[in-house]
Amino acid sequence: MAKVDRQTAQKQHKQQQQQKEQANYQALAKQNEPPRPLGTNMLKAFVAGGAICVFGQAITEAMVHWFDFDRKAAGNPTVAILIMISVLLTSFGVYDKFAQWAGAGSAVPVTGFANAMSSAAIEHRAEGLVLGVGGNMFKLAGAVIVYGTVAAFVVGLVHLILKSLGGS
Amino acid sequence: MRRGKQTWEFNQKPTIIATATVVGPDEGKGPLTDCFDEINDDPMLQQPSWEKAERLLFERACELAISKAGKQTEDIDFMAGGDLMNQIISSSFAARNLAIPYVGVFGACSTSMLSLAIASQWVDAGAARTALAATSSHNSTAEKQFRYPTEYGSQKPPTAQYTVTGAGAAVVALGGSGPRISSATIGKVVDMGIKDPFNMGAAMAPAAVDTIKMHLSDLNRTPKDYDLIVTGDLASVGKTIALELMQQQNIPIEQTVYDDCGMMIYDFAKQKDIMAGGSGCACSAVVTYGHLLTMLTTGKPKRILVVATGALLSPLSYQQGETIPCIAHAVCMESEGY
Repeated sequence: MAKVDRQTAQKQHKQQQQQKEQANYQALAKQNEPPRPLGTNMLKAFVAGGAICVFGQAITEAMVHWFDFDRKAAGNPTVAILIMISVLLTSFGVYDKFAQWAGAGSAVPVTGFANAMSSAAIEHRAEGLVLGVGGNMFKLAGAVIVYGTVAAFVVGLVHLILKSLGGS
Repeated sequence: MRRGKQTWEFNQKPTIIATATVVGPDEGKGPLTDCFDEINDDPMLQQPSWEKAERLLFERACELAISKAGKQTEDIDFMAGGDLMNQIISSSFAARNLAIPYVGVFGACSTSMLSLAIASQWVDAGAARTALAATSSHNSTAEKQFRYPTEYGSQKPPTAQYTVTGAGAAVVALGGSGPRISSATIGKVVDMGIKDPFNMGAAMAPAAVDTIKMHLSDLNRTPKDYDLIVTGDLASVGKTIALELMQQQNIPIEQTVYDDCGMMIYDFAKQKDIMAGGSGCACSAVVTYGHLLTMLTTGKPKRILVVATGALLSPLSYQQGETIPCIAHAVCMESEGY
């Protein structure tokens, strides 16, 4: 029994030492990790994301002025045009380069969603239309849809409860 | 013959009688462009898929190396090869066409030196008269398997590395002219608890230092005995950490020239996409077979140590929150008549 205890103690001691070594190393690795340029990244994201939205607004205005859409109906064709442009840029291999510069600025607007869908579809074209394109198209965007729906459900529930408690 | 704990010393010093390197467009734009046998401007190589393109790179490097050695595929007794794809399909499918008795190996990006060490061991032990060692990697197949679709717009951190598109092959035999392989050190798996798959350099640096340390102590040598020590693909972040670790562990690396293949293959001033530097099986393979061995043949430097580093993770393992186990294999090569 004493021998087994000693062995367990030795093993524990070794494990502790290893953990300490790992912690020391992780601190060293952290020190040597070039930091993400957060300030410039945020600024670029603001400019790029803002520019995409301004461009979208311009499309809406154009729809209203020249194509007799009312403001509400202009929304759908605006989104469709942005999606088409994003898919085209993705296919030409430009969107990923723009995204490396723009970061969240290109990921958050609807163009980022279109890029996530189309890039996965292009990537898996080699595996066929069903198992490749069909099966992988939502690989990245699927999470957005799932948790978007879940979030909408929760918000809806909260709204319902507040309303039944006498809110407006 | 085994020396020390984990080193093989090859008594007959097998010769690398020929090598071949085939690369993609980005590598062709780098500073080592004159060292490669074939540069492909089309990363698809006119193939319908990235995977087929990588396979073709592998096959071409093997065929070219065999023909440069003045041999036919039937003259090669055995080949050792591997790559980064799941079930090492690039090398296995290439071996199907080459029809050479084949041992598939996987050491992630350390496969270059792992396959060379195995081929040397065969030749030295008389298990093969002529053996082939080869490996490949492709930027787009690696991105597709390990990260995101190639056209997906995600912002990479400054620690990220750029997988080299290319393949390298070496024909090993006894006698003949060419650089000699004098020893090899098989590495242990080292895991220091790094989890970030976008910081491979930091994950792999301890494995590289461990193998260098064991190689030196097994052969009772110091870095002074080498004209050049290079690691496989630690890139800028990993290289800095490796230097610091060697200092901590009293390895006098300043006695020799130390560099990293991931830092040598691209032009950091012009090629901004590469972030911290190159990576992938082909990184150490094309730099060693294309550039370093040419230097050895011209007689300067005389003895080099190539320590290829590999991260043994899978997309599944890091999604499940596992840390990244790493390995490094070293092969010591000398110029003829050293």
